Amino acid sequence: MILKRILRFYYEGFRRMTWGRTLWTIILIKLFIMFAILKLFFFPDFLGTRFSSDEERSDYVIEQLTKKP
Amino acid sequence: MHEAFDYALVDWSRAQFALTAMYHWVFVPLTLGLAFIIAIMETLYVSTGKEEWKRITKFWMILFGVNFAIGVATGIILEFEFGTNWSNYSWFVGDIFGAPLAIEGILAFFLESTFIAVMFFGWDKVSKKFHLAATWLTAFGANISALWILVANAWMQYPVGMHFNPDTARNEMGNFWEVFLSPVAVNKFLHTISSAYTLAAIFVIGVSAWYLLKKRHVVFAKKSIVVAATFGLVAILYTIVTGDGSAKQMARKQPMKFAAMEGLYHGTSGAGLVALGIVVDNQEDPDNENYKDFALKIEIPNLLSYMAYSDFNSFIPGVKDLMEGNAEQGIPPVMEKVARGKVAIQALTEYKLAKKAGNEEQMLLARAALEENFKYFGYGYFEKDPDALVPSVPISFYSFHIMVALGFWFLALMIIFLVLTFKGRLETSRFWLRMAIFSIPLAYIASQSGWVLAELGRQPWVIQDLMPTMAAVSQIDAGSVQTTFWLFLILFTALAIAEVRILTKQISIGPKDGGH
Repeated sequence: MILKRILRFYYEGFRRMTWGRTLWTIILIKLFIMFAILKLFFFPDFLGTRFSSDEERSDYVIEQLTKKP
Repeated sequence: MHEAFDYALVDWSRAQFALTAMYHWVFVPLTLGLAFIIAIMETLYVSTGKEEWKRITKFWMILFGVNFAIGVATGIILEFEFGTNWSNYSWFVGDIFGAPLAIEGILAFFLESTFIAVMFFGWDKVSKKFHLAATWLTAFGANISALWILVANAWMQYPVGMHFNPDTARNEMGNFWEVFLSPVAVNKFLHTISSAYTLAAIFVIGVSAWYLLKKRHVVFAKKSIVVAATFGLVAILYTIVTGDGSAKQMARKQPMKFAAMEGLYHGTSGAGLVALGIVVDNQEDPDNENYKDFALKIEIPNLLSYMAYSDFNSFIPGVKDLMEGNAEQGIPPVMEKVARGKVAIQALTEYKLAKKAGNEEQMLLARAALEENFKYFGYGYFEKDPDALVPSVPISFYSFHIMVALGFWFLALMIIFLVLTFKGRLETSRFWLRMAIFSIPLAYIASQSGWVLAELGRQPWVIQDLMPTMAAVSQIDAGSVQTTFWLFLILFTALAIAEVRILTKQISIGPKDGGH
């Protein structure tokens, strides 16, 4: 019952929006660009995608931190 | 220069992070401050029952909503960058950075998001008091979000409450409260949020001043100015107090940044504060890019010493003292720290080799050497170029002085607007109304200058004394970082243009009883 009232509250709120619709459009476009384009194609997790275990990751970082000029 | 690092990659990674962080900070301070101004206005509505206050609250809530909607999630890009461009850093900081950000995500973001819905959708659906509570909780939620991020940033300026684990190459949190309540974190949080409140107050005063100049919504504008100027006066006074606290912490924890922001080369007792100065190359040593002088300066005697240690005659080390050492003041030369940093880096290498070989005795020895010298770990990268340990003096100096000068201008502005309000001369003081509008961009400049000082003034460190910026970046193609830099520039510029256009449209429409 409470859940239904909460859902109705949000539904009514969104339905009655006037200028807020523009903002939600901007938010959704922005989130799409961020997550579906930027994150997916340009921002992979560098250590997460290159190594399969934390031990390999820590070895790599130590190697990076201690490499000689 | 350290040949092992790709400086084009480092520079583009830094530029990209700076760009995204600065654009993110365009949206944040207005959200933090306007949330409280709206809450105060709604409190006046609930306590007096006057519909005019409801109309005022609803109008500023629209502008808050626009700014919140366009700014929301822009900070997530910074987290993308941590994982991709700054993977050494992200790994090295371990849960010190992860824990506060996780708390922020779970607690504050959801608190904020839930009550924002009540703020906008709930006007006729919930009781007045419940709605008011939602507005206050939104304001607190936004500020709690900022708290965790600022705690994480403060740890980078003053790393405490952790120990480094050489098995994982990560810093592990030893004492949450030491991280959370470090004096740098406390001052940073209070100074940042109070400056954000000031910015929001100036925004409200500036927009209201525009209405008064146009002779539109006069009562609305005057009431808004009373609330904003009162709130702003308290905020700017607190910004000054906490700024003083931040300076005291900086003098103790980041003396090089402190010396750079005042262009102080030769340490002295009873050091004066340069109120106004023009930085130029030093004729004694023009080839040294870190050695600058003043073509002109107006100095307030002894004030810098007082600002740092509450003692007009205290000694303030200059850049040269910190680089070359000052035995009389007990300051070691920087090359001593470099030598200890090298020992720490070598010990980490030996620890790893000994672990691979199963040599426990050697592991213990290496670990002891690492722990003894770890606090200088980052200095080990600067043997060939110790001058790189000095941040840009002109950038530090100008960003600090612009921030402080504007801070005092805002103080004057708040007082003037309160006086004009109480004398009933707001509408006729057209000069000051124009000054208020003109001060809106100045508030953003001051706010950004503060961050420029905080972040560029602490260079070359990404974590003070432990990790230089160049060692923090991922070994990825500089070209791809450059590409995403331009993508972000386009995306954020589009968002900023959308923000300004929607805000100006809503302002030109003005307050009405409309929906959301």
